[in-house]
Amino acid sequence: MRNAFAQQLTELAERDPRVVVLSGDIGNRLFDDLKARCPNRFFNCGVAEANMIGMAAGLALSGLRPVCYTIAPFITYRCLEQIRVDVCYHQAPVVIAGTGAGLAYASLGATHHSCEEMGMLRLLPGLAVVAPADAAEVRGALRAALRSPQPVYLRLGKKGEPVIHKTDPDFEIGKAITLREGTDICLLSAGTMLPVAIQAADLLEAQGHSTSVISFHTLKPLDEATLASAFSRCRLVVTLEEHSVLGGLGGSVAEWLADHPHPAKRLLRCGTADEFLHETANQQQAREYFGLTASRLLERIQAVLPSSTVQ
Amino acid sequence: MNASSHPINLEMVARRLRFQLIRMSHAARTPHLGSALSCVDILVAAYWNVLRLDAQHPDDPSRDRFILSKGHAATALYATLAARGFFPEAWLETFAQHRAPLAEQPAPRCAPGVELATGSLGHGLPVGVGMALAARIQQLAFRVFVCLSDGECNEGTVWESAMFAPAQKLESLCVVIDYNKWQATGRSDEIMALPSLREKWAAFGWSAVEVDGHDLAELTRVLGAVPDGSGRPVAVIANTIKGKGISFMEDDNNWHYRIPKYAEVEAARQELGLS
Repeated sequence: MRNAFAQQLTELAERDPRVVVLSGDIGNRLFDDLKARCPNRFFNCGVAEANMIGMAAGLALSGLRPVCYTIAPFITYRCLEQIRVDVCYHQAPVVIAGTGAGLAYASLGATHHSCEEMGMLRLLPGLAVVAPADAAEVRGALRAALRSPQPVYLRLGKKGEPVIHKTDPDFEIGKAITLREGTDICLLSAGTMLPVAIQAADLLEAQGHSTSVISFHTLKPLDEATLASAFSRCRLVVTLEEHSVLGGLGGSVAEWLADHPHPAKRLLRCGTADEFLHETANQQQAREYFGLTASRLLERIQAVLPSSTVQ
Repeated sequence: MNASSHPINLEMVARRLRFQLIRMSHAARTPHLGSALSCVDILVAAYWNVLRLDAQHPDDPSRDRFILSKGHAATALYATLAARGFFPEAWLETFAQHRAPLAEQPAPRCAPGVELATGSLGHGLPVGVGMALAARIQQLAFRVFVCLSDGECNEGTVWESAMFAPAQKLESLCVVIDYNKWQATGRSDEIMALPSLREKWAAFGWSAVEVDGHDLAELTRVLGAVPDGSGRPVAVIANTIKGKGISFMEDDNNWHYRIPKYAEVEAARQELGLS
């Protein structure tokens, strides 16, 4: 995912002289090609994220298109006020790319987890919050972000995530991508949970449940049309994310559902719990801890389905 | 333009601006008058003698940028911009009124000539560094001046920028610190170990100079010399007096929040020698 990001960014920077890349002392070797091709438009800003975001706003207010890149918790929590005031308040078209988001760096401990940042950023007026699912979506999301006149947060994984899309999908910020159409259960997945959603859908299909799988990559602006269609069609809508059930995709959909009631329909939010992960764990183990595996999802989904309908 | 050939005129400009700020604070019942008065001479030197700006083309990409990072002194910026013709002076009369263009602290694009919404301290310099970097990338010759308060130097972002700008040799960037020795509730040298500000900025790799922040000729000389040929960004430590120009406000930190009464406005008018 991160290599796809760097390659796409290099291509875009080569084509568009307004693109400037700011890194927070991360991505060793990742941007070598970009540095070689656009030597005057790559800056290692050091371990100083607040300054980096403020600078990005200054670049954007001067007509350039800065892309900031460092580890997700540091480019969000650390410099939230810079994102709010310098970027969002000024509607400065800055792309903020947080890498290793969610539980991608689980083994480094909770300092490196970002399971609350989408909820935090989603509150900021005028900031798009986008969590692509795989390398193909990352490329599309970055192209879309640099076309957007508004600031965008891009939530990235690390490297080696399974590629789901065989070809690059048409990627539009705020427009979810349907991978599989079903009529009974709808799985909405944000970010890199998509392969788990597909596995869970396979298990559900095997039990006779017609299951939709949707890459719900944008939390803001919320794709209300897709939500309306999901809740009209299916009796159970499940949100999946490597993010707290508070404030992220699950939170967004719950808020939407409160304003758009669908009687007899059920929302199940699957994400991380409202706690820090204190046990030593790699990403897969951390997902297991929070019940974010296909088999655990199946159990939870079966538990909420009316028993008469379980086949 | 050269200040030394018109010292009397600019001194009078500064007096009129000071009175304008006092009137605005009185009329709108807004605080931070002492902070606004301390940076008036910095603004006068910059806007009359140094900045390459055209009020008719406030968005010219090649214009010099001036960011008043100490946004609580916004009246000083507004009065300066109005006097320089960026917008009608009548706008000052509606300062801080409901739906007026000029709020107590500057909003984004609130008025021609206002480069940045400020008010939360520690934001102006990082953004200014970005603008200076943009000038280099775009091969434009504009300079970026950022005016900070001494209290603002408590913010960590100031020192992040202070380390980054010299590393990039951003010689078109200039920081001016309005060093009036007070912050909101105490002496700035005591709350944090600020001294020596000049030595700190020099140690961070800036071309750091200390000046009398009320001496228009001196301010003009150091600001006008940016870039100064050293290959380093410039830090001007401007020693100022909070509440400068009005005897009963000078160095009295009550005027960080106090709002002048009518009699005080009139007393100030007399002291400033204005009719």
